Amino acid sequence: MNILFDERLDGKLVQRDKSEVLTDLQQAVPDMTLLHREEDLRPFECDGLAAYRVLPMLVALPETFDQVKELLKRCHALSVPVVTRGAGTGLSGGALPLEQGVLLVMSRFNQILKVDPDARLARVQPGVRNLAISEAAAPYGLYYAPDPSSQIACSIGGNVAENAGGVHCLKYGLTVHNVMRVDVLTIEGEHMTLGAESFDAPGFDLLALMNGSEGMLGVVTEITVKLLPKPETAKVLMASFDDIEKAGRAVGDIIAAGIIPGGLEMMDKLAIKAAEDFIKAGYPVEAEAILLCELDGVEADVDDDCDTVRRVLEAAGATDIQQARDEAERAKFWAGRKNAFPAVGRMSPDYYCMDGTIPRRELPRVLKGIAALSEESGLAVANVFHAGDGNMHPLILFDANKEGQLALAEEVGGKILELCVAAGGSITGEHGVGREKINQMCSQFQADEISVFHALKAAFDPQRLLNPGKNIPTLARCAEFGAMHVHNNELPHPELPRF
Amino acid sequence: MTERAIADRDIADALCEQVRSAYDARTPLRIVGGDTRAFYGRPVEGQALQMAEHSGIVSYDPVELVVTVRAGTRLSDLQEVLAEKHQMLGFEPPMFGEASTIGGAVATGLSGPRRPWAGAARDFVLGTRIITQEGKLLRFGGEVMKNVAGYDLSRLMAGAQGTLGVLTDISFKVLPIPTATHSLRLAVGLDEALKKLAELGRKPLPITAAAWHQGKLFLRLEGGKSSVAATQASLGGEPLDASFWRELRDHTYAFFACNDGQALWRLSLPPNTAPLALDIPEADIFYDWAGSQRWVKTTLDASTLRDACSAVGGHATCYTPQAQSGVAEPFTPLNAVVEKYHRNLKAELDAHGIFNPGRLYAAF
Repeated sequence: MNILFDERLDGKLVQRDKSEVLTDLQQAVPDMTLLHREEDLRPFECDGLAAYRVLPMLVALPETFDQVKELLKRCHALSVPVVTRGAGTGLSGGALPLEQGVLLVMSRFNQILKVDPDARLARVQPGVRNLAISEAAAPYGLYYAPDPSSQIACSIGGNVAENAGGVHCLKYGLTVHNVMRVDVLTIEGEHMTLGAESFDAPGFDLLALMNGSEGMLGVVTEITVKLLPKPETAKVLMASFDDIEKAGRAVGDIIAAGIIPGGLEMMDKLAIKAAEDFIKAGYPVEAEAILLCELDGVEADVDDDCDTVRRVLEAAGATDIQQARDEAERAKFWAGRKNAFPAVGRMSPDYYCMDGTIPRRELPRVLKGIAALSEESGLAVANVFHAGDGNMHPLILFDANKEGQLALAEEVGGKILELCVAAGGSITGEHGVGREKINQMCSQFQADEISVFHALKAAFDPQRLLNPGKNIPTLARCAEFGAMHVHNNELPHPELPRF
Repeated sequence: MTERAIADRDIADALCEQVRSAYDARTPLRIVGGDTRAFYGRPVEGQALQMAEHSGIVSYDPVELVVTVRAGTRLSDLQEVLAEKHQMLGFEPPMFGEASTIGGAVATGLSGPRRPWAGAARDFVLGTRIITQEGKLLRFGGEVMKNVAGYDLSRLMAGAQGTLGVLTDISFKVLPIPTATHSLRLAVGLDEALKKLAELGRKPLPITAAAWHQGKLFLRLEGGKSSVAATQASLGGEPLDASFWRELRDHTYAFFACNDGQALWRLSLPPNTAPLALDIPEADIFYDWAGSQRWVKTTLDASTLRDACSAVGGHATCYTPQAQSGVAEPFTPLNAVVEKYHRNLKAELDAHGIFNPGRLYAAF
């Protein structure tokens, strides 16, 4: 398995004696919780990508800004790597610990500092749960728009690190579109404020750069998010199709009609069956695909749009169209989709969730490719799809207890991502690269592009102490594992050793 | 057909070659599109890198809501192509002359009246092709709505004014043009207007522009027919010609003519900020973005304005070139730590300072 940090490929780490580091940090930050016994470290050995586990050297649980600052200063002085973790719900192993590193857990930064309804801003600490922000804003008729499916558990700090999405991205954007300002500590322990409560700040847009940087450029200590007025109403239509390509075309037809739905989701037959068995959402199990189309906004507009979408779906060949009659039925329709992952989990001992994005027009071709890979490998694949924004979540079903199946699932997953890249898409739409997709980065980017990423990293963290081994592969790793883009049949950086 | 009228020319190879020569010879380059935004920022001395010839729509699929365009394409041409498919650039970029290019619009990162509701230039950038200091043409981001692979270099380029690399191609998310639109004018004093805007902002209303000047509140409603009609009925007011917003966006509105000695400043402030205690007559302050962006014409010095803005969490930018205003630093100076990382970034991506040196700040 090449997923764990490999100094041969990912770069040398400074070796320090654990007890010396422990003593040093205890002296430098005496009032901070610092876990070091194996049984205390064990709960932190993985994030939401539980297939990969590493016991960190130490776990730090700071409660104050100054503790984080002192911790980073000491780690910088000792050249000890720091992996930052929020709620640990990430699906790409972005918070996978390092044996030689400190895991900096920000979960105790859990205060909502201010909700300003007239400015429509909320100032929060990074450990605050995504949903808690919307809950705090609800009394004012406001909410925080990005809603990753883990929103009851995931932290806003992790959302910033991963530039998290959700089912409403096409209309309301990703995390980067909804964060106004972050406070950041650099690896040297310097404090920076990026962005502002105003709509822009002078200088480079380092706020945009910080979003999705996976804890590689700094540690976020405070976040100001934009709040939106809660739409007056939301209505959902469910359309069944006897052919998945027809469903794919219907998605384009809705957009072509000038409508931007709040949510537009597709599920294939296997995913429908899994969800229906689990949730009893009233899904048509005989359908090859369903579309869930949510329209939100002012009541009168939503009614007009529902009529338009209904006509479009009929013309696109939907075999059945249902509109949720009330809020309860709407919640039921969504429950099936929001529980699609655990529902699939009930069908198979293990599943592996992918996150590629493609231009929507490529959907039929990519689905055919996935079906072929599924057949070839013998592993079933269920497809759940943020259809509106081209973000696919194929779920590869396997049994880790069967010899070789995890490796096979990883291989199929890697090939699916390569299909997405070949279709003009990306290996990750919202889960992040983390450790999981580190090799696939080599197929999406050329060596020169990866070198620019390294240059960016060097501007903030030249010693590569923040989350080393995540997000951006080394060129040595690409040469070894990646399907590196070969340009003009010349392998880039021929001077690199090939292992 | 507009699409045919846009010259389809890819001169990226020649541009890369010029950058390589400049890198080897350590010659500073002044990146020029339509040269309509030279007033914005510090003057740059350097050999011109002409982008206007690099023009054309590379791909446009209205159903995908994505357009990819070469940087030298004129903004007006691009907007016409999009309008034919009932689509638009969501950030309503200002146009300071017919020659204005899309590359310049993204490099300066300026956004029009719609910004608080729809997003800024950088919010609509999905991907870019960039010429690096070594003259290599690289691709970042892409043509899909969601893409979190690698660092977001494309958005970093928006607003960097060409100081970190040369934008050659840009992919945008585009939006459908709203079905219904109505602009109106209400007679209301400043304090009441700001209060009303905060109130309206908390409701899910189809407002996409809000400005105030000299006793008049200007509002634009856009959305579905039903909601626009209902909001129009509840707000009342006199109808306002939609050209008002274009004039405001492009600074052709009468307010933007400065008297001798005055400089035009842009104050960017948090939403719902009370009027600042500055010695400026009300007639010389124009409130846009529901009060978050304030244009002022004044002879007050930079530090007076900047102190007042930073006290409330905002910043001030001078739009009048130094030659007329005497303001040497158009952009608010950065705090020491933030500046250090700006320098580091510049050193990594433009080691010899060949890309628009000094455009943003003297040091980069």
